Amino acid sequence: MPHDHHDHDHLSPSGHPYRPDNDHPLTHWQTMEIAVREILIEKGITDAGTINAQVAAMDGRTPADGARVVARAWTDAEFKARLLADGSAACEEMGFPVDAMKLVVIENTPGVHNVVVCTLCSCYPRNILGLPPEWYKSRAYRSRTVKEPRKVLAEFGLELPDSTQIRVHDSTADMRYLVLPERPGGTDGWDADRLAAIVSRDSMIGTAVAEA
Amino acid sequence: MTLPHVDPLPFDPPYPQGAPGFSAGQTVRVRAGVAPGHVRTPWYLRGRTGVIERVCGAFANPEELAYNRDGLPARVLYRVRFSMDEVWGNGGTDTIDAEIFEHWLEAV
Repeated sequence: MPHDHHDHDHLSPSGHPYRPDNDHPLTHWQTMEIAVREILIEKGITDAGTINAQVAAMDGRTPADGARVVARAWTDAEFKARLLADGSAACEEMGFPVDAMKLVVIENTPGVHNVVVCTLCSCYPRNILGLPPEWYKSRAYRSRTVKEPRKVLAEFGLELPDSTQIRVHDSTADMRYLVLPERPGGTDGWDADRLAAIVSRDSMIGTAVAEA
Repeated sequence: MTLPHVDPLPFDPPYPQGAPGFSAGQTVRVRAGVAPGHVRTPWYLRGRTGVIERVCGAFANPEELAYNRDGLPARVLYRVRFSMDEVWGNGGTDTIDAEIFEHWLEAV
């Protein structure tokens, strides 16, 4: 029951607890971010509207963009060839510019499964998948995926047979990675829109497979 | 299996020059060096041997860009494939691909 909170003294009229106010002082880096932003605006290098538009653009990117790329690769062999040869150019062609970084698209095939991690920080193909999930940035995912990928994938519910080779891709520098999952059986004749709906974010990171 | 012992050695400034012109399929070793700053070579791969998976092209050196320098000359970036067994000594047949800049690689 969502309204069964025990501490009735701290409930809003909706029956949910009040969210605590963030009354704590700013951290050092919060202060620094505000200072740099204000200086950039004062000097006319950028303005608040531009910054807000960038934040909105970042929030507007979602895994649905990557799913459209995957679905097109499943239905258009020539596009798939271009995507595997130069991921950045092929995504740009679909209206998803990858900006400064280079996108490498790695294809799952029978017997080969790919999974992406960034051990050094949290590099992620944000232009194609939006903001990364929290777990992708966690120390546990980052440190364990390069050492015991089978156990990590099993915890995501993905048990791969020993005969399947796992290729871990550590996103250490200027490349970004998108996994091209295998097209599941039972999808013959589906068009790209219908296929895109079954391509999950995790299947493009490699912690899941696409399922019809 | 016992992993080869790695003695990290400090690099003398400036950055070491990588052997240029590695090509796909070539065997390389990641330098077991220590350098301060925004290094893009993970510690767990230092001293390990792998095979060039592909040449990614030349990029301004992020280890320099991080300190507001121009990052030039651009450094060639390689994707290097390692076996789990080479990195962890666990007999694993799965692989790890990582991007390593030329100045962190040496021919074997």
